Amino acid sequence: MARQGLFGSSLVKKFWMALTGLFLISFLVVHVTLNSFIFFNDGGVTFNTGAEFMAKNPIIRTMEVVLFIGLIAHIVDGLILWSQNRAARPVRYAVEKGGANRTWYSASMGILGTLILFFLIMHLWHFWVKSRITGLHHYGLDAEGQENLYGAMLEVFQNPFVVVLYVLGCFSLFWHLLHGFKSAFQSLGLNHKRYNPIIAFLGTAFSIVVPTLFALMPIAIYLKWIQ
Amino acid sequence: MGNMKLTLKVWRQNGPNDKGKIVDYPVNDVSEDMSFLEMLDVLNDELVRKGEEPIAFDHDCREGICGMCSLFINGEAHGPGRGITTCQLHMRKFKDGDTIHVEPWRSAAFPVIKDLATNRGAFDRIQAAGGFVSVNTSGNLVDGNALPIPKPDADKAFDAATCIGCGACVATCPNGSAMLFTAAKVSQLSLLPQGQVERKQRALAMVEQMDKEGFGNCSNTGACEIECPKGISLEHIARLNREYLAATVTKE
Repeated sequence: MARQGLFGSSLVKKFWMALTGLFLISFLVVHVTLNSFIFFNDGGVTFNTGAEFMAKNPIIRTMEVVLFIGLIAHIVDGLILWSQNRAARPVRYAVEKGGANRTWYSASMGILGTLILFFLIMHLWHFWVKSRITGLHHYGLDAEGQENLYGAMLEVFQNPFVVVLYVLGCFSLFWHLLHGFKSAFQSLGLNHKRYNPIIAFLGTAFSIVVPTLFALMPIAIYLKWIQ
Repeated sequence: MGNMKLTLKVWRQNGPNDKGKIVDYPVNDVSEDMSFLEMLDVLNDELVRKGEEPIAFDHDCREGICGMCSLFINGEAHGPGRGITTCQLHMRKFKDGDTIHVEPWRSAAFPVIKDLATNRGAFDRIQAAGGFVSVNTSGNLVDGNALPIPKPDADKAFDAATCIGCGACVATCPNGSAMLFTAAKVSQLSLLPQGQVERKQRALAMVEQMDKEGFGNCSNTGACEIECPKGISLEHIARLNREYLAATVTKE
């Protein structure tokens, strides 16, 4: 099996996993910041301004393509790693006490990632397809006369089933990040006694704050905390 | 001899190509002062007296320094307890009436030879691929102490060098990865002035051999560090990642 070189060796695959993971984390920062504009509770005006900028700005649109490439690379690389890791233990243990030496989520990154992917497909269908392809005419214009992506949010999150799926998606993201954030630094060789506690703290804080903010969006709309 | 009665569920496999199965063995008269291997000796003695085939398992020094003993006991490499090999595991860790599962290391790179004995030659081949230094031995050997080495570096190199190559890291890893072993062997040399000459080539060659052997990919679960009888730290894996990355982008 050809597994050497810049794209084949086990370590390089881990570097790509870490780099694409950190890139996707940087996307989450932008995404959660812009979406949190809905908490201004101003009928979505601030949020729609942000959404329109993201939809029109050529640099952002270019980064959107890069983002899809990064996401697909992360998924493909993850699947290759997953299948090689399964092949590395053809006969499983009859009894395995995994809880004694590792967290369940650090050993479940593949399944957590798959859950996030299912969530993403639904999420893109709900918002990205409408905003980028089919158009938002159905939701009219907001108070400032802007395209009303916020209107789409209000409609989608009236369905309690969808709200529950979104919250579950956020849980998957939480566990995935809780291991992934720290793990990316280790894979890149960034392990230092002085900085490890900072990385661990940032990773845990990020994993809690970002998915919580995301989960609050459908909940707040469904419970009419924001209009 | 002793007063503990145990039930062992042992993996029996009559050769590399045999399918293998778990066989139950009652063991009586187990003393809590016995090591796990001595308990297996008692069972094997019984089996031989009955005219049955004894259980094959790896062992050598029986004092925790050779790395020969293995065994996945009740779902953990070297059984319950931390910082010990199987020969240092004593039966006082178990209770009268316990059922104990005993399996060989499970890894595509460690094929079972017979019963609980596996072939860990893959580690030797990784070591041979680059785990050495070039020293002048032709009559003008340099005194090791002539080279000044900072104490923290010497300590870290020694911590890595305590790896006994038992394979518990691979056995424990949910991915069957040999990163802790390879990282320890690379770190041990790359931290010292004597190891600088082959530094880049070492990281590249040892990782290449590691991948060829069919070990899995590290996903930083940290399980290896916890089950390692010598407490080899994950920071060595990060060092290997750095060494390999630097060598990959600068090689000609």
